[in-house]
Amino acid sequence: MTVTDHTQATADAAHSHGIIPDKSRADRPTSFDVDAFPVPTGREENWRFSPVRDLRTLFADEAVEGTLEWGASDLPEGVALTQLTADDAQARTVRAPGDRASAVAVKHAAAPMALTVAANTVVDEPISIDLTGKGGEARGHILVELGQSAEATVVIRRTGTAHYSELVSVNLADNAGLNLVLLQQWDEDAVHAGEVLAKLGRDARLRGTVVTLGGKVVRLNTSVAFAGEGASVDLFGLYFADSGQHQEHQLFVDHAVPKCTSRVTYKGALAGKTARSVWIGDVLIRAAAEGTDTYELNRNLVLTDGARADSVPNLEIETGEIEGAGHASATGRFDEEQMFYLRSRGISEEQARKLVVRGFFADLIHEIGVPAVEESLMRQIDLEIAHVEEELGDE
Amino acid sequence: MSTLEIRNLHVTVETPEGTKEILKGVDLTINSGETHAIMGPNGSGKSTLAYSIAGHPKYQITEGSVTLDGEDVLEMSVDERAKAGLFLAMQYPVEVPGVSVSNFLRTAKTAIDGEAPKLRTWVKDVRVAMDNLRMDPAFGERGVNEGFSGGEKKRHEILQMELLQPKISILDETDSGLDVDALRIVSEGVNRAKESTGLGVMLITHYTRILNYIKPDFVHVFVNGRVAEQGGPELAERLEAEGYDRYVANA
Repeated sequence: MTVTDHTQATADAAHSHGIIPDKSRADRPTSFDVDAFPVPTGREENWRFSPVRDLRTLFADEAVEGTLEWGASDLPEGVALTQLTADDAQARTVRAPGDRASAVAVKHAAAPMALTVAANTVVDEPISIDLTGKGGEARGHILVELGQSAEATVVIRRTGTAHYSELVSVNLADNAGLNLVLLQQWDEDAVHAGEVLAKLGRDARLRGTVVTLGGKVVRLNTSVAFAGEGASVDLFGLYFADSGQHQEHQLFVDHAVPKCTSRVTYKGALAGKTARSVWIGDVLIRAAAEGTDTYELNRNLVLTDGARADSVPNLEIETGEIEGAGHASATGRFDEEQMFYLRSRGISEEQARKLVVRGFFADLIHEIGVPAVEESLMRQIDLEIAHVEEELGDE
Repeated sequence: MSTLEIRNLHVTVETPEGTKEILKGVDLTINSGETHAIMGPNGSGKSTLAYSIAGHPKYQITEGSVTLDGEDVLEMSVDERAKAGLFLAMQYPVEVPGVSVSNFLRTAKTAIDGEAPKLRTWVKDVRVAMDNLRMDPAFGERGVNEGFSGGEKKRHEILQMELLQPKISILDETDSGLDVDALRIVSEGVNRAKESTGLGVMLITHYTRILNYIKPDFVHVFVNGRVAEQGGPELAERLEAEGYDRYVANA
């Protein structure tokens, strides 16, 4: 059965379906060779929404001085964090980079790091890695590798500031389960272009959550490839863009083998005249991927005038023998009727706005599955809302 | 003892065809403990009256006054009106996804009272109130009006009214779309509030059936933006028999 569900896309304006690419999403080049990718001009399909001028230092094929400061929680038995040689890191990366910033990151990363969880190791406590930018240019290459039937939660939190590009390679062996949380809590002048590449073995399970709150420009491109049957991926994303912030999340789920499941759920709020968000969700169901079940959703809540959210879901289906495939995208204005309802119960305008925004994100936050992260996120969303109140107060 | 006084109220709305006057001079006084049924045909302005008093931004007051115990209601913001003691049970309550009923109720109660309710008594009060309205305790964890049936929405409105304890409550077609069992449950809630807090009620309805369960002290027939006739409960019986044709023909 093939279902393309557009019912939720009608909430405000229907979403755009983008330019129908003349080639499949799978035909995009990948390479470790920086020269394989011309410097983006902003006219390319995958850069057309991006502020390439702000990202230009990340395209330069040259060595840089800076690094991010690393801090990691105590590692339990069976878990190791090791520095790799450039050659080793490249050989163990699940796929070659898909754009120039990512290729530059791999080539010039000063210290590629690998977090490995041995087969059959089940880690109960979240493994925390803190990356702190100290300014300047920095490149990163991180590998997360889980052996067969290993299970772990990994929280990577970025703070401070830098011009940073990065490739994160995620390799899950058969039946492994990873909950990966990537927190972009940069200072307001940070610029971050990253690619996350995941490969899932048979019956592997990846739950990936991306939270983007800070930074001037954050552009994350996540690609998931299924290498074995019966695997599943849940990708969650939460973002909150203020004036001056560009937050872009591109996703590509490649169903190349049968009986895999993917769910993509991204929600964003925007406040401020120049707040900008971009969401592009590509799903490819190849001819061999019978029994695929996929659904992707993007919702945006526009809190003030002037903010702009682009949302582009794309679904390519090469076989009819699937369980289900659908997408929904909706971008809505802040609902005045909700505000009236809450205020008619004595709740102040400010508190009503807070309730509505918290409610908008609540289900998503509960999916993260790391209580400490969930609590701190609610607090940070409250801070974002307080910031909105200030902006509105200034008008 | 509270009094809601509406004097010569004129209200307009903006429509694609231009500004339209909906209320054309409404006079009405509601005291604590009194129940006033506002009856009238569709489009006569009953809901406009309700939403204008609650302060919905869609409606422009062009003339007249609304006071609660002498205080100028029209000068108050929407939440200030609620804090002053006005409550509007809406015909079409709005969904607020992700905000649980229990969180919403506690937030509203805290706002109305100016302080958080004592946890232990509050939990008990909510439980008893929900039980009275035959609402499952699991209701508290659902999103506000999210996926509620028509009857659940109306019971949720009355639940709020009982917990927030307003002075004057406006019920906007609370009976519409309810089966007789749900109508009885909702009516019991209104009668409980009248008995326990001396609530004054403006009961807006299109049908006479609810008046079998909530006894009005006064009945006002609303036609073309103003009160066309008023009387006691016997007027409702006459409307039941004759309908609104008599008024509409004259309007």
